[in-house]
Amino acid sequence: MKLLAGTRKGLFTFEFDDKKWRMSDRQFLGDPVPMLLPVPENNQLFTVLGTGHFGTKLHRSDDSGQSYSEVATPVYPEKPADSGDLVPWSLELIWSLEKGLGDTLWCGTIPGGVFTSTDAGESWQLNENLWNLDARRKWMGGGYDWPGVHSICVDPRDASVVTLGISIGGVYRTTDNGNSWKPRGEGLRADYVPPDIAGEPDQQDPHRIAQCAADPDYWWMQHHNGIWRSSDDCATWQEIMEVQPSTFGFALAVHPTDGNTAWFVPSLGSESRYPVGAKMVVNRTVDGGGSFMQLKNGLPQEDAYDLVYRHCLEICPSGDMLVMGSTSGNLWFSNDAGDHWEIVSRHLPPILCLRYVEFM
Amino acid sequence: MNIRKVLDQILIKVDFTPNLRRHLTLDRCLVEATTVAEVLEQLFTSQEKLRGYILDDQGAVRKHINIFVDNRIIRDPVGLTDKISESSDVFIMQALSGG
Repeated sequence: MKLLAGTRKGLFTFEFDDKKWRMSDRQFLGDPVPMLLPVPENNQLFTVLGTGHFGTKLHRSDDSGQSYSEVATPVYPEKPADSGDLVPWSLELIWSLEKGLGDTLWCGTIPGGVFTSTDAGESWQLNENLWNLDARRKWMGGGYDWPGVHSICVDPRDASVVTLGISIGGVYRTTDNGNSWKPRGEGLRADYVPPDIAGEPDQQDPHRIAQCAADPDYWWMQHHNGIWRSSDDCATWQEIMEVQPSTFGFALAVHPTDGNTAWFVPSLGSESRYPVGAKMVVNRTVDGGGSFMQLKNGLPQEDAYDLVYRHCLEICPSGDMLVMGSTSGNLWFSNDAGDHWEIVSRHLPPILCLRYVEFM
Repeated sequence: MNIRKVLDQILIKVDFTPNLRRHLTLDRCLVEATTVAEVLEQLFTSQEKLRGYILDDQGAVRKHINIFVDNRIIRDPVGLTDKISESSDVFIMQALSGG
C-alpha cells in the first residue's frame, strides 16, 4: 500500500515498510497539489496542480504514478451577458475528484460547478443540471471567494446515486447519475446567516461529508457550526453537541464497516484555527456520537498550531490505519484506530490532501 | 532586410516568462498580428494547451498574468483589443502579485 500526500509544494509518495511509512518518491516539486485520485484498476493516478499564476491543471499517470502527461482541465462555458450571475464562470480550483458509474469521473470545483469525464480526463463536461439550478444563486463562498464542491460521495450500493458537499451550498444529491439534483439538508443549522434562513439547505456550510462504505445509510458531517450525523441516508441530520474540546474543524473519517464510528480533528474555532490550548487531539466516537474520546497519545501537547484540512484525515479500507496531515507539514499515522499516533514527517510543506492507494 | 518583414507580412516578436517553460515547451517566436487577440490566437494554433495557462475560462487574461506590448501592460485584458504595431515586442509574464 502507498500513501500519497498532495502538498503546497509537490506530491510525496510513501510506502509502508517494516511498520513505518517511508518516502519513496517526490514529484511536481514546487507546485501545489490540492487533489489526487488514484484509479487502481487502471493503474491510473490523477494529480491536480493548482499553479497560482497559470491556473489549475490536471495530469494523469497510466503507470501507477511513475510518469505523467497533462490532460484536459474542466472549462466553464461562456457566461451569457444577461446571466445576472455574480459568480465568475471560470475554474478556480479542482477541490474534489472521485470515480463514479462505469468510466465516469466526477470533478468538483470552485466556483461550484461539477464536471464529468468518461474518457479518463481527456475531456470534461459541465453538469448543467446542477449549474443551472436557481438555488445555486443562494450559494456563497466560505473561506474561498466563491462556493465550492469539496465532497463527492458515490453510493456503494448504486453508483448513479451521488451526494455532494458544497461549501457554502449544503448537501445535494442525484439519484440518476447527474440528470437531476435535490438538497438533503433537513436538521442543519447556520449561525452565520440571519435566523430566519438559518435552516435553509442552501445556506449550510458542510466542511466535509462522508458515508460509511458498508453501512451506507450512516453519514457524518463536519459543518462550520458543529458536528452532525444522519442514519437515514441524509434525509435528516442530527446535531451532536457538547463535544470537547470543540466541535469546529474541517476533516473527518468514517469507519468503513461501522457507521457509528467516526473521527474528527477539533480546532479552537472559526476565527482561531488551531488546536484548543495548542494541544493536538483527534476525537473518536464509537457510539454514533453519544460520547467522544480525545485521542492524543503521540500527538504534540504543547505549542501545536496545526490545522488539518478537510481532505487530510484518511482511513484505510480495513479501518484500522489512519493518516493525518497538517498545515504545519506534520504527517502522522495510527495503526490502532487512533489510540496511538506516530510521526511520519515533521517538515513537509503544508499538506492539502492525502490518499491511500494499492495499485494492481 | 528587416527580419520581421517576410513576404510583406508583419511579424511580431513574442517572448514568455521562463516559468511557463516549467509546464510547456515554448520558444520565442514570431507571429503575424495586429491586436493582442490575434497574437494569442496564433500562439494557440501551434500550442493549444497554452490557452488555459494565459486566459481564464471566459477568455480574459488570467488575474496573475501580465501581457506587455512594448514594455507597457495592455489596457484591455478582457477584450484583448490593444493594437500591435510593426515594431512591437510582446512579453507574456507572470504578475508578482498573488499566485
